[in-house]
Amino acid sequence: MSGLTDLTLRQALDALGTRKISSEELAGAYIAAIEAARPLNAFVLETPEKALEMARASDHRRASAEAGPLDGVPLGIKDLFCTEGVRTTAGSRILGAFTPTYESTVTSQLWRDGAVMLGKLNLDEFAMGSSNETSAFGPVVSPWRRQGDAAPLTPGGSSGGSAAAVAAGLCLGATATDTGGSIRQPAAFTGTVGIKPTYGRCSRWGVVAFASSLDQAGPIARTVEDAAILLQSMSGHDPKDSTSLNAEVPDFPAFVGKSVKGLRIGVPKEYRVEGMSPEIDALWEQGIAWLRDAGCEIVEVSLPHTRYALPAYYIVAPAEASSNLARYDGMRYGLRVEGGNLTDTYEKSRAAGFGEEVKRRILIGTYVLSAGYYDAYYLRALKVRRRIADDFTEAFGKVDALLTPTAPSAAFALGENAEDPVAMYLNDIFTVTVNLAGLPGMSVPAGLDAQGLPLGLQLIGRPLDEGLLFSLGGAIEKAAGFSSKPARWW
Amino acid sequence: MAIDAATVRKVARLARIAEPEARIDPLARELTGIMAWIEQLAEVDVEGVEPMTSAVSMTAPLREDVVTEGGDPERVLSNAPRRSGDFFVVPKVVE
Repeated sequence: MSGLTDLTLRQALDALGTRKISSEELAGAYIAAIEAARPLNAFVLETPEKALEMARASDHRRASAEAGPLDGVPLGIKDLFCTEGVRTTAGSRILGAFTPTYESTVTSQLWRDGAVMLGKLNLDEFAMGSSNETSAFGPVVSPWRRQGDAAPLTPGGSSGGSAAAVAAGLCLGATATDTGGSIRQPAAFTGTVGIKPTYGRCSRWGVVAFASSLDQAGPIARTVEDAAILLQSMSGHDPKDSTSLNAEVPDFPAFVGKSVKGLRIGVPKEYRVEGMSPEIDALWEQGIAWLRDAGCEIVEVSLPHTRYALPAYYIVAPAEASSNLARYDGMRYGLRVEGGNLTDTYEKSRAAGFGEEVKRRILIGTYVLSAGYYDAYYLRALKVRRRIADDFTEAFGKVDALLTPTAPSAAFALGENAEDPVAMYLNDIFTVTVNLAGLPGMSVPAGLDAQGLPLGLQLIGRPLDEGLLFSLGGAIEKAAGFSSKPARWW
Repeated sequence: MAIDAATVRKVARLARIAEPEARIDPLARELTGIMAWIEQLAEVDVEGVEPMTSAVSMTAPLREDVVTEGGDPERVLSNAPRRSGDFFVVPKVVE
């Protein structure tokens, strides 16, 4: 049975299509793998009965030749996506045992196409974090370890459960979300592929909101092709999300393997930041060489406002979060702690329900939006955001895509950055610009560092140009020949 | 700009979060540190720049003003912390 969980999503679809395996067998193998991997804390809720029921229904559809494009494929779902009748927590105590009576658009499209749900995946509380340590369920432990060192490492965040589950072979792919790097940084830390599509490509309807002008859903998968197959199913216009783009969804998997010859690839000089590990720099040079060998022309470009992206993000995102999270008041759903009067009940419920990082961000957001500071902070940050987006527009006048590292380091140990919020925020230095500008960005595993930990390269494209990223990601994947998997210790 | 204890108490009140007295000074230090780091935005020349209020430039779409769903109190109330019949039970707000 162990061979079943080694298949890629593409291989599993082929084996299901030729009836070499059944979806029920495949789901059974994953259910066993998940049970054996509980020390990773990747799942906050396992749904084995539902998985088997969905798998049997898929086998029936295959038997009557009614199979969809993802029929029988077992997936993990980040616990930020509302799933009808299945507890959804956003990694927070404040949602308690909240059980949605509706299904998010993205997950409903995956089920429409025949996918099977294995359970809900751990994450930083309300997706606020870069290490999965802010989850009310405790941190996810990465399946990866440094060579000869049993210290528990972070899988990254906020989609830490999604990345760890894919890397450890606990699902064929997973949904994730990315507000400042939450798909790409965990993908880089775990040797998996993660893509944040163009803002508006995937519907946000039914996804618990963090910062609405930045949040985007996307997949984490084992290969570039698997990520393309999943994004295909997750994308598309949704009238229920007013920021959803009414744009045609191209055949994403068809872009994988296409020639990248003649493309112009920009290398932004401002991404050579002080203190970046020499290994990351070497990997970046390697990536440049791979794309040059594949026929791309490499062009140095400038994104002069890069260094202001994180500070601007830490105004815009908390401001939107403080507004979005105002809904958690203990009245209609979630945790309520009774107080002496209405205000007291609000204050006690929110104090008990939110964790420290979420409270910190709500307070920052409330502060920068409060009377007297709005223009100095919030309005200025929105103007800086425009500057950052304009930098990209100018660069894309000269090049077709950009190549950068995904994160400034490999995975760090759990607890290592816990004392200093700003040090933790710096994890997103290469990814956050992409969210501010609303662009598609993908992380592809490209190598291991000296301690045996995965490192990723990031590709950034023009709006709606995910297809090109799949072609370029495929070229890097092929050149890197990355096939490392974490040695099983759990 | 330094955020003092009084400002933390005021902002926590605005955000409807009961911060225990022991957390006020640590929060003042943490928020001051974060805001000091954010201050570097003051260096950017934003003269004449339009604030970017959405990730993609699009006009908000309009939909027909019709009822799409409703009339299902069980679904609406299914997660209520306290309910009575088809109503949410909330603390008294009118004396």
